[in-house]
Amino acid sequence: MCRIGAIKSRNFVHPSQALLLMQSQQKGHDNSGFAMVMHDLGGIFAHHKHLPTLSMACTDEGLKLAEDMLHAAGFQRVLQWVPETNPQPGLDINAMPNYVFETFDYPKYFKSATQQEKENLLLDMRLKLRAALEKDEQGFVYSFWPDVATLKEIGDPRDIGTYFNLHEPDGKFTARVITAQCRQNTNYDIVRYAAHPFFLQGYTALANGENTFYLKNVEFQRKLHPGYIGFESDSQCFLYTLHYVHRELGWPLSYYKHVITPLPFEELEQRDDRETLLAIRQSLAHLEINGPNTIIGVLPDSTLFTCCDAKKLRPIVIGRTEDTVVFSSEVCGINEVLPDRDWECDIYPNEREIVTVGNELEVQRWKQ
Amino acid sequence: METMNVQSVTPNDMPWKIRYDASRCTLCGSCVAACSFRAIECKVERRRMVFSETELPEPKQRFSAVPVIRQVKSIKHYCRGCGICEKVCPNEAIRPERNIDTRHPVLIRCLHGEAIKRGGRKNLEAVMRTLDKIRVARISQMTDPSLDAQRHSFDLLAPFGRILPPKKLPMGVTPEGLLEVNRQTPPVRWVYPVIIGDMSIGALSWRMWEAVAMATAYLNEECGLPVRMCSGEGGVPVRLLKSKYLKYMILQIASGHFGWNRIAKAMPHMIEDPAGILIKIGQGAKPGDGGLLMAAKVAEHIQAIRGVPKADLLSPPNHQGLYSIEESVQKMFLSFNAAFKFRVPVAIKVAASATSVSVFNNLVRDPYNIVGGFFLDGIDGGTGAAHEVSLDHTGHPIVSKLRDCYLAAVAQGRQGQIPLWAAGGLGKTGDLAADAFKMICLGANGVFTGKLILQMAGCVGNEMGRCNACNTGMCPVGITTQEPALVHRLDVERVAQNIVNYFLAMDQELKKLMAPIGNSSLPVGRADALAAIDRGVAEKLQIQYVC
Ligand code: SF4
Ligand code: SF4
Repeated sequence: MCRIGAIKSRNFVHPSQALLLMQSQQKGHDNSGFAMVMHDLGGIFAHHKHLPTLSMACTDEGLKLAEDMLHAAGFQRVLQWVPETNPQPGLDINAMPNYVFETFDYPKYFKSATQQEKENLLLDMRLKLRAALEKDEQGFVYSFWPDVATLKEIGDPRDIGTYFNLHEPDGKFTARVITAQCRQNTNYDIVRYAAHPFFLQGYTALANGENTFYLKNVEFQRKLHPGYIGFESDSQCFLYTLHYVHRELGWPLSYYKHVITPLPFEELEQRDDRETLLAIRQSLAHLEINGPNTIIGVLPDSTLFTCCDAKKLRPIVIGRTEDTVVFSSEVCGINEVLPDRDWECDIYPNEREIVTVGNELEVQRWKQ
Repeated sequence: METMNVQSVTPNDMPWKIRYDASRCTLCGSCVAACSFRAIECKVERRRMVFSETELPEPKQRFSAVPVIRQVKSIKHYCRGCGICEKVCPNEAIRPERNIDTRHPVLIRCLHGEAIKRGGRKNLEAVMRTLDKIRVARISQMTDPSLDAQRHSFDLLAPFGRILPPKKLPMGVTPEGLLEVNRQTPPVRWVYPVIIGDMSIGALSWRMWEAVAMATAYLNEECGLPVRMCSGEGGVPVRLLKSKYLKYMILQIASGHFGWNRIAKAMPHMIEDPAGILIKIGQGAKPGDGGLLMAAKVAEHIQAIRGVPKADLLSPPNHQGLYSIEESVQKMFLSFNAAFKFRVPVAIKVAASATSVSVFNNLVRDPYNIVGGFFLDGIDGGTGAAHEVSLDHTGHPIVSKLRDCYLAAVAQGRQGQIPLWAAGGLGKTGDLAADAFKMICLGANGVFTGKLILQMAGCVGNEMGRCNACNTGMCPVGITTQEPALVHRLDVERVAQNIVNYFLAMDQELKKLMAPIGNSSLPVGRADALAAIDRGVAEKLQIQYVC
């Protein structure tokens, strides 16, 4: 079973906190990988928050290929950070030769482009890079977006931490929002792309559970958007639906819940807004999810949220202090990161709500 | 000795032979009275008896006339194997026996010089059905637990009506951050995923039709199952049109437009909208053929409802003036949508055919979004009357065709926009829940069923040539006849009760199938839940093969 977690703080947080959060829950996952997505970056990326950062693991050839493509497209590199690695013998990690975080300036002719055009360009570029590097596994392109960094690797999370020196906090590599997960995909093949969190155009999602409507979701999503690709994991569907509902349809986040776990018809009939809810349920029937799961998501404005399946078959706990909120599959993870919090204020969300945490750490609970 | 005439008809030429045991028969006459086909008669046979009355044998003979029951030697009044004689005989003295040496199919053509007509279903092969080669193989366990069919709640409903693609929904966000529908959208009704198929009042006896309508109302009002019944072509009793129960009825219009005069006249008096309109283009059991109601069944009340004289009633194979799908969309659908002020969904029923996908594509791409359902009917469906050659040889099996249509929708990202409803031999084994569930996993939103409803009412027909005399007006159990004496054999309350009970059982069984795959709403298109034990089936349906 997966364990998932997220930290959102007023201060910049180092990934060591995410490792700490996940390691105490290691009995619940299989120690087969570690993946995280960081939003609202600090440290060395703090000065380029509006420019896209490429997060990639690749071979030497892959790196050259990617950089050539980016340059040919007119992107100019403004920052490169290659994490120092610590390849001790005996570490359980399936490392790639290079891990690259590079920030680029937009091509000149895009300087006056609209936000929308820029966002489409970034997605387009990432998909092209991904396709180009797919051959012989020359590289894995995880994200290419302003203010976002992604790291995914196969192996024991503790060893992955050691390899990337992530156990030692520093001020270089930090973020205000970190989502993390400690397991490779066991339902399908073990591939780096299958590890959550998944990222698309500012949206991140990760999940603990199963999506038994995977096939229904996939068959529908494939035709909805060019960015809905891969489907290496059934949890990718959660991200794509989030992206579709919130960004493509422009609906408020609360309707995400109505799409993925619609109210039963009987309850729906009793509601004043039944006409709207029924229209949503009808038109988006193929985006409904079934099966036990808990989702954690991040929106482009760094709002962090969580919701569960309609039968609440997967746990999630939220613990908080003045300056930090932590989401975790198990409370023991929160105890590690926030040992001094008032645990009586912990939130155990129910199956019919979305809990959101805004940038002032204000917590909202929306009942479906 | 009589002159031998090899052309004369004998029981051995017939599909069924009567086995009669004179030693058990008390000559009560029940069987002869009960046989609606007049296939048996009372006769007197001359018998010789040899006896001796002395101590030493001195054989003598005596002739006597003995009354017996005999099979009629007539090509017209032949035994259908319905078994009613056996049912009524108190002494087990008589029963029909299948005659594998029958010459009937040849004889009847030779004697009449015209195509054989009959009712019922395809009688050709009895091979293992495709659906029986499919298993629900993806069981939830461990990390994704099964649900509990008794404890959990399930959303067992299917859409009837045109569903808009998400980006076409006329919705806006209010200043309070709420979504609001700001224009009328096509009507969609969420109904039970099993619709009672279109059997007309005329094909059915009035008592049978009433029993089905009663069961439908009961299922809705008392059992909470929103089951809908389709009227079939041929009109609806005015009393029902003006009652609140109209909301459970889907009104059908077919090429004969029978009964629509009355329906149109009743419109101003309707206190409820009908559940939907179904425009019948074709029927799976006899694709390319129109409806057929033999004069024998056009009783007075049928003449009244349909507004016709007593004659063979034939619906043309085509809707007159309908030469293309586009035209059907523009004319028929618009007029029916408009007639009920766009409040009632309008769907289309076609026979499964090699061209079904093109028809479906045309409809799903229509820019007016007015076709509210694609009812696809396969070759194994039933009919009140048809040419035997159509019944046995024309048509297309439903399973792969339904799947083709669903996958065509998937390829265009339009799945669900026109709900798919499938029929044609579903529930043939008596287990409709399993068939319906598999069809749903393959992409159907729901199924519709007719023949099985007759079986619930006591129909004795089967796929191996038993009875299938629905066209004759002589239905031995009062289902497909207008003959008062036969109709009264049908116990309306019992039939309604049987149908209600069957639906209740099926409802439990559907939940029993949803629970192990861990789904609380219908798994439409969840082909990953299925596996086939036959490679060809797996390949064609694009599901996994297992052995
Ligand atoms: S089986 Fe039916 S048709 Fe045949 S003799 Fe008996 S009652 Fe008549
Ligand atoms: S019992 Fe009646 S309905 Fe059934 S096959 Fe015979 S004639 Fe048709």
